[in-house]
Amino acid sequence: MTRELGFQDVAAAIERALPGAVVQSSANLVLVDSDKMAAVAKFLREAPGMEFDFLTSVSAVDYLDYFEVVYHLLSIKNNESTVIKTRAYSRDYPAVPSVVNVWQGADFQEREIFDLMGVIFTGHPNLKRIMLWEGFEGHPLRKDYIVVTPS
Amino acid sequence: MPIKTSPIIVNIGPHHPSTHGVFRMRVMFDGENIIDLEPVFGYLHRGTEKLAEERTYAQIITLTDRLDYLASMSNNLAYVVSVEKLLGVKAPERAMYIRVIMAELMRIASHLIGLGSFLNDLGALATPWMYMFREREKILDLCEMVCGARITYSYMRVGGVSMDLPPEFMGALRQFCDDFPHRIDEYEKLLRENEILISRTKGVAVLSAETAKNNSLSGPVLRASGVNWDLRKSDPYEIYDRLDFEVPIGQTGDTYDRFLVRLEELRQSLKIINQCVKDMPIGETRLKLPALIRPPKGDAYGHVEAPKGELGFYIVSDGTIAPYRLKIRAPSFINLTALREMTVGYKLADLIVVFGSIDVNMGEVDR
Repeated sequence: MTRELGFQDVAAAIERALPGAVVQSSANLVLVDSDKMAAVAKFLREAPGMEFDFLTSVSAVDYLDYFEVVYHLLSIKNNESTVIKTRAYSRDYPAVPSVVNVWQGADFQEREIFDLMGVIFTGHPNLKRIMLWEGFEGHPLRKDYIVVTPS
Repeated sequence: MPIKTSPIIVNIGPHHPSTHGVFRMRVMFDGENIIDLEPVFGYLHRGTEKLAEERTYAQIITLTDRLDYLASMSNNLAYVVSVEKLLGVKAPERAMYIRVIMAELMRIASHLIGLGSFLNDLGALATPWMYMFREREKILDLCEMVCGARITYSYMRVGGVSMDLPPEFMGALRQFCDDFPHRIDEYEKLLRENEILISRTKGVAVLSAETAKNNSLSGPVLRASGVNWDLRKSDPYEIYDRLDFEVPIGQTGDTYDRFLVRLEELRQSLKIINQCVKDMPIGETRLKLPALIRPPKGDAYGHVEAPKGELGFYIVSDGTIAPYRLKIRAPSFINLTALREMTVGYKLADLIVVFGSIDVNMGEVDR
């Protein structure tokens, strides 16, 4: 059975290595400062006791006040998992550092989030639309996107 | 006098028989050698995640059918498992057994098409394809018996399955389980030592365990690279922890290993089905839940080992009858991340074979 690491333990470990990186932590949340996300990702991948070598999934949720990017991480070696969240508050230019350099598997997933949700992953080598065509206006998964039904 | 060549860009697809749907590869060639590749997709994008935000939890089951349409029941299962996790409920025993039987039948059906079309791409035109469709047909008949549909089943429900198995099902399933091992033997005899297959696939597009993990690959592609990771063993859901089966692992991670792992998984799935048939309890098949499910506020990520890899649903609930956000972690989509790395340096003819060995389904890639 995959053991889910305690969120408070993960938050404490991040805080020890990178002071100021954790914005908020509770029994079911580790919220990381978006500016420090790349450093946190590197730490989670390499630090002994963490060793999250597999990025299961990257998701983004639009809460209108902010965008939340959710990273589901897995350590195949230790059979442990955890979830890290980060937030981008701007609606015009919501930026989060890319983690492609840490986990190559983020490549298409970040492009998909950029395409459908409009979150900009700074440092991504090839950030362009992936599902929709070039020239498509808007980002359909945003909550304020107006769906125009052809009449 | 040496002949000079200059790189050219060739579009393979979107309408090309080997792309298994509508998939395009922009490939840069130097002569016949691939020097760069970019997968282009989205031709089948239907906005499933956006549609889900407008539907109730029960209605979304029909949307999941249309992801990997070769293994619809597995998609149903991944979704209902995720919603059950959000709700904190578990399906009755009998329902879990039925679900596992159906999920394993789907794995067999999906691998049969995966293998059949892979061999088709290799040039073994139509014969293995037809053999494997013959067996898949039997599975579709079984599914039709259970729920009346052959492709889009929508058989699973949150808290169970839509109805109990019909009386004639068990006999037909036993018949299938008796016949199928001989069929696998037949494939093995024809293919395993086949000289053309071996020379085209052995040592081609070797994927190291490290690269496979780094690219977030899952399913048979990951296991062929020697990584022992199968959610049915590593993070058992439903009743998999009670079942006795092995996880086939590849040695080198080449195209031949990906083929062998799928072939061996057919046997293991059959082994699981046989155990489920033997131990199947009697009882309820569905929990009594309200027609309009309102999960508590919060989020949950549920996942299962689908035929193509880890299929996960990340659901955010705001306490209403429809999810606030539903994100699908589609294995076929993420497995394509490594396509470039796998094919650069090989030839055009290898590209078709390597792509076939990843076994993607465009319905799931584009969603």
